[in-house]
Amino acid sequence: MKRLIFISIVGLGILLTFYIIRISFISIPTEEYSQVFKSEIELCKTCPPGFQLNENNQCISRNLYMQYESIENKGVGGLKSALPTVRDGFTPQQIDLGRYLFFDPILSADGSVSCSSCHDPEMGFSDGKTVGVGIHQAKLKRASTSLWNVAYLKKLFWDARAGSLEEQMQGPLYAEDEMGTTEDQLLATLNGIGNYQRLFADAFPKRKPNDSIKLHEIYTSIAAFESSLISLNSRYDQYAHGYHQALNEKEIEGLNIFRSFVARCAECHTPPLFTNQQIAVIGTPEPDGLPLDPGAEITFNDKSCRGGFKVPSLRNIEKTAPYMHSGKFKTLRETVEFYTKGRGHAVPENEDLFIHWHIWEPNLTDYELDRLVDFLNTLTDESFKPKVPEILPSGKDLQNINS
Amino acid sequence: MDKPKKSSILKKTVYTIFLLLIGFFVGYKFFSPNSGDTPLPVKNTLYRSTTNANDTIISDHLEEFNGEIFEVKNGDIIMDAVKKAKPGDLIRVYPGSYSETVYIDKDNITFQGVIKDGNWPVLDGKKELNDAFLYSGNGIQIEGFKIINYKGNGIMGQAGNNFVLRNNWIIDAGVYGIFPQYGKNGLIEYNILTGIEDAAIYVGMCDNIDVLHNEVYGNVAGIEIENSRHCLVENNNAYDNTGGILAFITPGLPIKTTYDVIIRNNFVHENNHENFGAPGSIVSGIPPGTGILVMAADDVIIENNLISGNKNVGIVITDFENGGAKASNDPESDPNPDNIVILDNIMINNGTEPIGEVKALMLTQLSTRGPDILAIGGGTGSTIRDKNKYLTFGLGDFGTPKIDNTKDVASFLLDKPAEPRKVSKKELGEYTYFGVCSGCHAYDIRLIGVPVNIIQMIYKDNPEGMVEYMNKPKNLRDDYPEMPPQNYLSEEAKLAVAEYMLSLKK
Repeated sequence: MKRLIFISIVGLGILLTFYIIRISFISIPTEEYSQVFKSEIELCKTCPPGFQLNENNQCISRNLYMQYESIENKGVGGLKSALPTVRDGFTPQQIDLGRYLFFDPILSADGSVSCSSCHDPEMGFSDGKTVGVGIHQAKLKRASTSLWNVAYLKKLFWDARAGSLEEQMQGPLYAEDEMGTTEDQLLATLNGIGNYQRLFADAFPKRKPNDSIKLHEIYTSIAAFESSLISLNSRYDQYAHGYHQALNEKEIEGLNIFRSFVARCAECHTPPLFTNQQIAVIGTPEPDGLPLDPGAEITFNDKSCRGGFKVPSLRNIEKTAPYMHSGKFKTLRETVEFYTKGRGHAVPENEDLFIHWHIWEPNLTDYELDRLVDFLNTLTDESFKPKVPEILPSGKDLQNINS
Repeated sequence: MDKPKKSSILKKTVYTIFLLLIGFFVGYKFFSPNSGDTPLPVKNTLYRSTTNANDTIISDHLEEFNGEIFEVKNGDIIMDAVKKAKPGDLIRVYPGSYSETVYIDKDNITFQGVIKDGNWPVLDGKKELNDAFLYSGNGIQIEGFKIINYKGNGIMGQAGNNFVLRNNWIIDAGVYGIFPQYGKNGLIEYNILTGIEDAAIYVGMCDNIDVLHNEVYGNVAGIEIENSRHCLVENNNAYDNTGGILAFITPGLPIKTTYDVIIRNNFVHENNHENFGAPGSIVSGIPPGTGILVMAADDVIIENNLISGNKNVGIVITDFENGGAKASNDPESDPNPDNIVILDNIMINNGTEPIGEVKALMLTQLSTRGPDILAIGGGTGSTIRDKNKYLTFGLGDFGTPKIDNTKDVASFLLDKPAEPRKVSKKELGEYTYFGVCSGCHAYDIRLIGVPVNIIQMIYKDNPEGMVEYMNKPKNLRDDYPEMPPQNYLSEEAKLAVAEYMLSLKK
């Protein structure tokens, strides 16, 4: 009798499983862009939005700024200027595999944090924290930077110490207080997961079928996903392309203050990316009690760069509070106010920094500061925000992320 | 007997011609159009030659003016006209006082200040407004304005090619008087600028710019060419500034070079003004009494200038480190001035009161007077003609120039306007579909909006219908969310993307 009950329960279970699979098969083609309800994860064969698939199965970046040119092809200028050269040409499969890796905490030493712990799509691909938090709740030195439009950036990290996304990601992956893993552990972990073996074989079809997962394949996939995070359809962009009704009077006032030579914001936060990708020493304050962060002085081994940081893009800036390398300013209003409080006002007394020449005393009024914030809020566009995977190839639970 | 008769015929003839001339003149005065007004500008007068060279290519670009004319009179607001204007239009501003920031995010708009009986249209910032003119469009022409009391710039361009900034009179308009940035192919001529706390005319990160016939005095810097290439500075009068004419590479900017600059036929004299630059600004380190200053720039030719009465030094050639500016080093920016060419110049009465460092240098040469020409710091390949004409310091390794003059260069303006990028309809369709629409529409799977293959069924051979829907979507399907209007796309982009989407095969 017991045996009969057992068999019927198992039978029912099997039936139910088939039923679920059948349902998911029916609903897939119309329901979901990535096939997350399938029992077996498969990589997406189409490019994410913002990209066109070419005949070599590569995703090529496409946007309205390709109508324009820029001086010396540097991707800086005015409203109708071309963007800097973009990192593209990854395959749809690499981009989708990168998405899984990006959200998978299995990449960290103890399986507790993923890339998305500090670069959360719900937080403008930053984390909403003053400074990043790594494994074992370790407090990091600087604020997490947004990843929107990183495909256009030539230098990465606040102190510009990495020249490519592949180089950059090896920082957090292997830093003891960030994800804390090692090359050996990372390879052993991923090669030990059947799902990942299969997905890597799919994303890198040129290799031999039984080859193990290689580090460069991991880096390429994550870089591919990060390069797909494109935000170029804000209301500001509509204005820039010629639809002047996209911004209201106050926002246009803000734009004009932003680009005026009094506030000078656009001199470093230059359209269309809203960064000129240079290092600037602007003398923002450190969190209370902490010494001055030398920043790019270490990168370039040059005293004149002490306290210098990479000019960040302002796209989706509304979503990435708090601000500056130290996360010192909680709001955009506080941040813009910093620039009118006097050249070097927050620099410790014993420091002699090479403060950037555009940092001066513009004497902006409260009204002007409010308009600047109005304008900055027009740079928001998350229409191409990627989907968070609902299940991970490692079987790890996504619920644990961002706890 | 014949003689008087002849003489009377002659008299009559002269008298008749005289009357005819008066009649013609009076008639012309009363009946000719636009009498007494400033004439309409010829479109693309940019390519009017300023010298006698290459005149044949110039006439190719003269076009008939066929835009609309907006007239702005005292009491009106210039921006009201700008908002209505379309590319190719002309905005004429009559004498009066206007207090506003004129921003132009459109192409091919001409602003013409109408000066009547010596009265100018005046843009007055009242020390409250930031900038008088801000433009980002191509083909902007601004001429005939008096601009006073702004805090930022008189005229500032951010991108914008093929500009003409002419006949403007700019007094105490803030940090820069005329400041095109990221522009290609522009002409700055016949402007008068004074009281500017940085550079009166500042060409920043541009290519192919002519700066001609301007008068700059009482500024910190008169004319500055910074991180720009192919620039001609000619026939200007630069006096009573802290520094007269500058060619710089400033580190830390996204465009890293200055080269191919000609500074020619200018008067550069008595640039001894106290330095009133803002603390920390690059020019705040310029010592008063500097005629021409070349910092880190390459391939600068200095020819046939009259350089006199500059109390510190007539011409300074320096690397960045010795340039007196305090800014972070930039590993991507070469700090040394290379291949500077000094041809014939007239230099008198310079260096009468050199600053401390220069004085100390000169004492090593047993001279108490400052030099006409000083070269300091790194740099290679520089040359000078007839070095012995001048008192110099640091020119030991300067050789003899390979050229005698620059007469083969009449202008650095392009033969034809810098063209915008040419984009085919198909490309525009691709950019729009993948750049905008693909966030919601994929070919045969459902994202947020209806798949493209279904749209193709509905709008087969009817791209115009699709455009209509984009402008004013009406929700036809309960199973999809309503599309927000896509009316912000240009008419061309909407039609291009409609045709493109209808032609997609996968």
